[in-house]
Amino acid sequence: MGKNRTPYLLLLPGFGFLFTFFILPIINLAQTSTQTRVSGGDTGQYEQTLRFANYVDAFVDNKEQFGRSFLYAIIATVLALAIAYPLAYAIAFKSGKYKNLLLVLVVAPFFTSFLLRTIAWKQILGEEGFLVPTLRSLGIISQSTTLTSTSFAVVMGMTYNFLPFMTLPLYASIDRIDPRTLEASGDLYANGLTTFRRVTLPLSMPGVVAGTLLTFIPAAGDYVNAAILGNPNTKMLGNVIESRYFKIVDYPTAAALSFTLMAAILILVTLYIRKAGTEELV
Amino acid sequence: MTQKLKDATIPTIPIGARIQRWIGRNLIRIYAIFAFTYLFIPVAYTFAFSFNDSGKSNLIWKGFTLGNWQNPCGAPEVCSALGNSIKIGFLATFFATILGTMIAFAIGRHKFRGRSTSNLLIFLPMATPEIVMGASLLSLFLVFKINPGFWPTVIAHIVFCISFVVVTVKARIASLDPRLEQAAMDLYANEFETFRRVTLPLVAPGIAGAALLAFSLSFDDFIITNFNSGTLTTFPKFIYVSAARGIPAQANVIGSAMFFLALTLVIVGQLVNRRKVR
Repeated sequence: MGKNRTPYLLLLPGFGFLFTFFILPIINLAQTSTQTRVSGGDTGQYEQTLRFANYVDAFVDNKEQFGRSFLYAIIATVLALAIAYPLAYAIAFKSGKYKNLLLVLVVAPFFTSFLLRTIAWKQILGEEGFLVPTLRSLGIISQSTTLTSTSFAVVMGMTYNFLPFMTLPLYASIDRIDPRTLEASGDLYANGLTTFRRVTLPLSMPGVVAGTLLTFIPAAGDYVNAAILGNPNTKMLGNVIESRYFKIVDYPTAAALSFTLMAAILILVTLYIRKAGTEELV
Repeated sequence: MTQKLKDATIPTIPIGARIQRWIGRNLIRIYAIFAFTYLFIPVAYTFAFSFNDSGKSNLIWKGFTLGNWQNPCGAPEVCSALGNSIKIGFLATFFATILGTMIAFAIGRHKFRGRSTSNLLIFLPMATPEIVMGASLLSLFLVFKINPGFWPTVIAHIVFCISFVVVTVKARIASLDPRLEQAAMDLYANEFETFRRVTLPLVAPGIAGAALLAFSLSFDDFIITNFNSGTLTTFPKFIYVSAARGIPAQANVIGSAMFFLALTLVIVGQLVNRRKVR
């Protein structure tokens, strides 16, 4: 008897909390997304009208930002994967006794507020920084090229900020690979590339999936990098949602956009997991 | 035999080829150094500019000073913002760790109906973009006429911390050797004693790790906080708001100090752990 009840008693407080402050708000957000403005009412007064056209309006008005959110997030995820994979591999197989220290170093930048680091990038890439004048005098970039306030800066900032989220799961799954499987592959006359493609990569797939999700999901909803490192033409969906909430007080549109973003992310993620074929995620 | 020895010792590899071979062998290590440089450039920049004699706006290098470190609360609001972040961080960590650990034990230790649904409910907050979570919680508070501020922010932080606590503690529970608990039972410990004297001490490092993770997530959160904190200023919010007119160097001092403090804590923790393992 007690045996059957224990798990539910353990779950009750936490799930009660999550239901009240995570599920209910999402349901409420769905409701808000179909409201319309009270005619003649004050700013921020809305009534429930089940107007699903809100979604169409919201999407049509912001399809550029929508596309940009996913484009930037995908590029940042791919870049982060490309940077993090060799790094995770080096830590797992080539670091010897420094393994733990290097792992700490991967997480260490986290301890300086990510906003401070993003602003640091803005200043490093900015006109007053040393990088731009140096690159100009070397002729690598033209005199009129700027690095900050560009889509390049936004994507670079996102890649940078989410890099540890990519590196840690990659490391966890590469570290689990038995080095003898790689030796065996070599013994069977596979060259380095083949060994990587046929042995290392497939075995590290759970880490690749977890890392790309942990990078892609926050990147797609991010607006801080675009706000600090971008310009009005690099605005992402997050920036629109934020300004709809705080500046325009247009809750229904903000809610509809939030929902569309979440749905799009969930669909993409589901397709991706199917394709990548890993069940073990959490 | 002598012929073989000669072959092994004599070959003189040209210096260029030797450098090439060395690079080939150490390519991935060289790469790792570059990657770490990339990771640490902004940290180093933040640290360097904490010594800038900059006045209000810390944009251009104006000269070296220790003044910012001697007077970290010198800029208006920066320390009250930091205080708020620490308070919110502790409260959110405390509740999220308790709630999350209970869930982790339920899922990790029991087979029951609805287990996969529970796993889904834990995964969902992690798969929800922060902005959606923050916005939806704000609209709930608005419906119930609750003003955004300190407690709404704490609640919001607990929501996003719980899942990370569950995942971390669950991983630790899964790695336990079940024979240890069986041994305790064999030695006539009852279920509660076994839990208190064997299971809990073994899971404790996982719980501590989860709490540390929860605190750092809460401390550094901006997006969800921005939606639910109203007029309350946290440290990240302070930075975001002052970014437009220039961040005081004191913010760099606090950011750098947090960095060294956390790094020291983690390294000491690892050394203690290593000694224990030995």
